[in-house]
Amino acid sequence: MSSTTATRPGRYQRPNPREGFISWITTTDHKRIGLMYFWTVLVFFFFGGVQSALIRTQLAQAEQSVLTEEIYNQVFTMHGITMVFLVVMPFAAAFFNYLIPLMIGARDVAFPRLNAFSYWVFLFAGIFLYSSFLLGGAPNGSWVGYAPLSTDAVSNMGFYAIGINALGISSLAASINFIVTILNMRAPGMTFMRMPVFIWMALVTSFLLLFAVPIISTALFMLMFDGVYGGQFFEPATGGDPILYQHLFWLFGHPEVYIMILPTMGIISETLPVFSRKPLFGYAAVVFAGAAIGFIGFGVWAHHMFTSAMGPVARSAFALATMFIAVPTGIKIFNWVFTMWGGKLRFTTSMLFSIGFVSMFTIGGLSGVTHAIVPHNAQQHDTYYVVAHFHYVLFGGALFGLIAGVYFWFPKVTGRLMNETLGKWHFWTWLLGFNLTFGPMHMSGLLGQPRRTAVLPAELGPTVELYNLLSGVGLIILFGSALVFLYNLLASTKKGELAGEDPWDARTLEWLTTSPPKAHNWDKIPTVTHRDEFWHRKYAEDEAGRPVAVPAGAAEDVGDPRGDNAEALDEHIHMPDASYWPFVMVLGLVPLMYGLNFASAPLIAIGLLWAIIGMYGWIIEPLAEGDDDDPLDAPNPSATTGAVTY
Amino acid sequence: MRDSSAERPSPRRRTRLVPMAGFSLLALLLAACGGDATRTPQNALNPAGRYAQEPHDLITIVLIIAAVVFVLVHFLIIYSVVKYRQRKDDDGSLPVQIHGNTRLEIFWTIIPALILAGIAVPTVQMIFSQMDEPDDAFVVEVIGHRWWFEYYYPEHDIYTANEMAIPVGRPVRLQMTASDPARDPAQGVIHSFWVPRLAGKQDLIPGQMTYLNMLADEPGRYYGQCAEYCGLSHANMRIRVEALDDAAFDAWLEAQQAPAEVPADELAARGRELFGDLGERQACAACHQVWEGDGGRTPGTGPDLTHLMSREEFAGAIHDMTPENLREWLRDPNSMKSMQYEVNGIGMPDLDLTDEELDALVAYLLTLE
Amino acid sequence: MAAGAHETSLGIDHRKLGMWTFLGSEFLFFGAFLATFLLYVQTTAGGPGVEIFDIPFTSISSFVLLMSSLTMVLAHNAHTQGDLRRMRMWILATAGQGAVFLGGQVFEFNVFVREGLTFGTSPFATSFYVLTGFHGAHVFIGILLLLTLYTFSLTGKVKPNQPLKTEMIGLYWHFVDIVWVVLFTVVYLIPELTVLD
Repeated sequence: MSSTTATRPGRYQRPNPREGFISWITTTDHKRIGLMYFWTVLVFFFFGGVQSALIRTQLAQAEQSVLTEEIYNQVFTMHGITMVFLVVMPFAAAFFNYLIPLMIGARDVAFPRLNAFSYWVFLFAGIFLYSSFLLGGAPNGSWVGYAPLSTDAVSNMGFYAIGINALGISSLAASINFIVTILNMRAPGMTFMRMPVFIWMALVTSFLLLFAVPIISTALFMLMFDGVYGGQFFEPATGGDPILYQHLFWLFGHPEVYIMILPTMGIISETLPVFSRKPLFGYAAVVFAGAAIGFIGFGVWAHHMFTSAMGPVARSAFALATMFIAVPTGIKIFNWVFTMWGGKLRFTTSMLFSIGFVSMFTIGGLSGVTHAIVPHNAQQHDTYYVVAHFHYVLFGGALFGLIAGVYFWFPKVTGRLMNETLGKWHFWTWLLGFNLTFGPMHMSGLLGQPRRTAVLPAELGPTVELYNLLSGVGLIILFGSALVFLYNLLASTKKGELAGEDPWDARTLEWLTTSPPKAHNWDKIPTVTHRDEFWHRKYAEDEAGRPVAVPAGAAEDVGDPRGDNAEALDEHIHMPDASYWPFVMVLGLVPLMYGLNFASAPLIAIGLLWAIIGMYGWIIEPLAEGDDDDPLDAPNPSATTGAVTY
Repeated sequence: MRDSSAERPSPRRRTRLVPMAGFSLLALLLAACGGDATRTPQNALNPAGRYAQEPHDLITIVLIIAAVVFVLVHFLIIYSVVKYRQRKDDDGSLPVQIHGNTRLEIFWTIIPALILAGIAVPTVQMIFSQMDEPDDAFVVEVIGHRWWFEYYYPEHDIYTANEMAIPVGRPVRLQMTASDPARDPAQGVIHSFWVPRLAGKQDLIPGQMTYLNMLADEPGRYYGQCAEYCGLSHANMRIRVEALDDAAFDAWLEAQQAPAEVPADELAARGRELFGDLGERQACAACHQVWEGDGGRTPGTGPDLTHLMSREEFAGAIHDMTPENLREWLRDPNSMKSMQYEVNGIGMPDLDLTDEELDALVAYLLTLE
Repeated sequence: MAAGAHETSLGIDHRKLGMWTFLGSEFLFFGAFLATFLLYVQTTAGGPGVEIFDIPFTSISSFVLLMSSLTMVLAHNAHTQGDLRRMRMWILATAGQGAVFLGGQVFEFNVFVREGLTFGTSPFATSFYVLTGFHGAHVFIGILLLLTLYTFSLTGKVKPNQPLKTEMIGLYWHFVDIVWVVLFTVVYLIPELTVLD
């Protein structure tokens, strides 16, 4: 088969480059794309961290101005944008990319080139956002970008509107990719109710993105048209309604909260059972609670707007909806705790972070319920109490869980274990630093400190000043902790203890293959007969529900994917080829973004033309054998449970 | 068997997680200190009237329930961690594989739902009672500007800025909007009026009217500030509410309704002249009103200065009203407060005043009692 | 499944599933803009309002776009039967009708601007131009896709036994048409009947 395509121009031929710069630029391998997401996220996390350090320095003392107001406003705006759009969301995307195909028993995602496209858009949109610092100042209208402040040219929010919209394109493409992958590429026998919870949460998250991104997209387009092109969407002078922006933003913004937390809930639902050596307590409840959270998440947006222009009926309705959504969240917490109950707990670093997640997220969840008490929400809103709340959810919640995932899957990705001693140092300092940074904010907020203020007013009093200082100290600890983590990551990649295929006695399919997995993941696609398939290949249960080890070799009838039959199968495994077209096409996005921001028609034209040319290159690119829907070209059908090169 | 648990490297050391719970409780411990009214004048936990008191009472109940849930969840976590940790003498066997318990799961679905329903009832009632217009309310109009609050007393035709006087014991109904420059919604942005001890916050929306009820039980000075991010000097947009007893409040109203006196002092008179005419440069009077009794009062772009010296602070209530501060403010306003006059016309311009002009203008301003 | 090359869990081709998913997202995109337009339908700031619409003219261009869905179906039908020549004819007809619609829109915008409804006149004007403009951009992309399909069927890139490719573009084209049916009704007809009375 390969002979028919070997001479076609316009693409890299198999074997794909596995080394060097070009191999990364052109890769369509979901694992490599996942890794690129991960390392890019670390860089942006560093930037966001530096911004938080600047914020804490400024507020360490009352009435001091280390930074001017102008710079401070840019810094806190970029901190929010970075952490939400360039850290937590793509961090989850890194896990999705790497793990979804492995956990459902596929060889790649459904559209590998589209996957690469998502990553490159994310990278260049991030660079575009950060380039604003060099081009007249970063956005300074806060990460929510409320109109009409953000349509004022001095707010530089054009970068925000256009950059986040580009990130939205990336998220949308990725969500379509993951939805199709999960729905369509599950290994034989993996029914929906046999899917790992992480896959369920990835599916729900992807659907949330699918329906939330177009809404923020409209809001950002409106912001851009108003700010750069004289539109009147939010212009009070001609009757425009600034509150419309808030509705559109939060109609996206609240599902966004769940977009950030559900992947973590999925990770925790994988790590807790493994380290408790018990299945997840109430699998169905956790899955349905996750879906319910996603669904109800679209009906609570206005609880971010209780103090804006809303009547008492709307306030009441959204208060009730907000309380309602606490119920499925509570279900999950109890299910996780009872997963540990009666188990045999191994306190690996991953487990510690997982338990830390449950604990910290509980605090964040409870303070979230207090926001639903609308009359008092008017005191909490836009104060540091809210800042504390969402950091407990996004840092204590999402980030703790994502880090638990890093420690958990690191051996699968690199073949080596992370250092557990350093890991424990990391965890305890992280926990201490986190609580010291964000715990006092609950109080400083209730004592009257509003958020987004470049100056800590002296009249708030010495108590509030002390809390702010404590936050600063906590941040120093977090920085030290992050350094330990970074060192551990880098050192363990090279010198970590060899992990083998299954260092944790784990439960799901990805542990069935080699560590790190081969480019094609499996020599033979596994057949699934159980939920927690891998566990059931290792253990059976006796009458009392106690697991007993399955004798070695008993699992052979469902196929050992690690290479027993490699010689026979390998030459028929088709993998998507590398392609430079996603990268080329995304390069066109760069002039387009700047052109839109500076209202420059030539730049817009160049960008569009470039992107269209890139798209045609993409379409014309010769399809690899078996990728076309032409039965004449179809190779050996046994080897084609793979991906389309779209 | 390729992966018997004995060979696995993971369970290295058992760690007690008890200290972790300690850190989780840190936030609550910190909550114990810091309720002193004099040390924390902008304290939402120290309400001074029913519109702040009622929500505070409700949230106290909710916080207690939340604390109980917190303790329950953490008891379960800590108990599991201690009781079910893998012990040193572990035999390598695996625990019973429990997949769930429907009855238990229904229980922890229904109980939280019931608790929340219980909280919901008073919440909804209070949403309405807090927003209802009180019968005998004293009305003040509030206009949020970048970056100062303007107050208009419609019954008495009084304009003032940053510092609001209200009667003690009588509900105050704020009618609020936002605009920049004054009365022109074209450049308005959203602000939020927040004096925590008197009421929760309410946003001010350009082109729309929003309302907020306030009540002060005791005379005194109440602190607040803008709570919705509004651009460059958002942090410098502070609020003072002076609650006065009836006699003092009537006296205040009377004083504010009087026109400004034309100064007799030579220097101050020269300052009055400059105030109205700075030659090529924009005159102060182009933006600031000093009402001397002719015709009705009309608001300017900047704060009304008719009774400037009746206020204790200026520039968004971030500077004390001293001659030195006023002089510095006139000499180089951007050094006193970040503004954007050169970029988009928001704030006070730098007028390049000479020393002589500064002396005269300050002398004039000091006469505006 | 189109050609039996891939086993998929749901039995639907990846590309088709992906297109459906994408279109689900697009519905919300237009929905949000449409809701915005409805909010501002009377916010004309003294400028022209819905009375500016020329219903007979827009009805004709809407009818043309609607008919293009029919030719799209015929093109797919021809492709299913492996008849590329007939498929190409219907594809051209579809693209042509799309172009007529687009031309009508450009003409209509020009008239409106001359009559004083510029982009920045009022929230009504901005939301009208953005909503219908984004729809026009979708039609334009659709025409590009159709012409690409046409060209590729000539070069052999699209083969007679690959009706899925026509079907995919058809899905998109029908979506764009359905959106226009909604827009025409909600933006042009209903306000004309209610606001003006």
